[in-house]
Amino acid sequence: MQASDAAEGEPRPGRIRKPVGWSMITIGVLVAVSATLVWHRDGFGGVLDILTHDVTLFGRMLPRVLAGCLLGAFIAEILPHEKVSRSLGPNSGLKGLLIGAAFGAILPGGPFTAYPVASALLTVGADFGATIAMVVSWTLIGYGRAVAWELPIMGTDFTLWRIVISLPLPVLAGAFGRFVYVRMYPKDVE
Amino acid sequence: MSAALLIDLILWGSVAAVGFIAYRNGPKVLKASLREGSMDFVNIVPRIALGVIGSGYIAAVMPQEIITGWLGPNSGWFGVLAAIAGAATPGGPVVGFSIGAVALKAGGGPPQVLAYVIAWALFAFQRLLLWEIPFMPARFVWFRAAVSLPFPFLAAAIAMAIGRP
Repeated sequence: MQASDAAEGEPRPGRIRKPVGWSMITIGVLVAVSATLVWHRDGFGGVLDILTHDVTLFGRMLPRVLAGCLLGAFIAEILPHEKVSRSLGPNSGLKGLLIGAAFGAILPGGPFTAYPVASALLTVGADFGATIAMVVSWTLIGYGRAVAWELPIMGTDFTLWRIVISLPLPVLAGAFGRFVYVRMYPKDVE
Repeated sequence: MSAALLIDLILWGSVAAVGFIAYRNGPKVLKASLREGSMDFVNIVPRIALGVIGSGYIAAVMPQEIITGWLGPNSGWFGVLAAIAGAATPGGPVVGFSIGAVALKAGGGPPQVLAYVIAWALFAFQRLLLWEIPFMPARFVWFRAAVSLPFPFLAAAIAMAIGRP
């Protein structure tokens, strides 16, 4: 848990940002190797086709990424730290996990909103358990991906049963996460 | 495209709503969060550019037939394979769900496909690398992934127990 807290109305100090890390290097190498393979197989035209398609996709995605970043930053500023710690912190019990799961299920947008907001919750006092419940709920129960992609591709029957079976999983994952966390990092929890 | 428009409306509507609350807390709070959000954006754009523009190439060379084969009715170690297949699936939701749909049509067992779809939702390496690691603390990402490991299996077990989907 971050100890940094600010008085009401006072902006929090800026977060420290990670420089280019191993994840970027891994994906960069993976992309370079794959692009070379495509070039070998399909020639320069094949490489260009994919590039055009993906640059278009990237351009359409940018405004949403900005919206997600702003959403996360606003939420980190406006949520009162003590209230979040109480309702989503390590001692929030089943209720905290349920709130986290409900929040993940109703959150609009895609990964560009879910992860900035989850990160903001961690910053203002949610514990790993509630945040795991939120992320897992967004990924399994969130309506965005189900409506846009799963229903048309997998069909109604599969999608609905998949969601029904997934319903208990976010809270279970959060509870399991909390259970393991307090045993792995006992110093982080008072 | 109306679904995309609706998503954008809800998204920017939410941004405006929380932005307004921040403004009510004082112009200083609004300014600070705008600065934080913009810094996050500037910081994250190169990673997302690399991931989005590069993922097309990764998807183009991944042999999807192999993943589909893993989900066949004779895949005894279905849970393990489904989890690996889910994590290894490149590309966005279209690829993930299409592989699931193909596996179903090709005679894959519904519990296997269910485990695959859930594993994909939880572990797809591209989403982890592209979105979760840049935004979240590294300790959270690996902890979250490790804690999620049992759940594709649990979901498949529930599906087999109730005989659905």
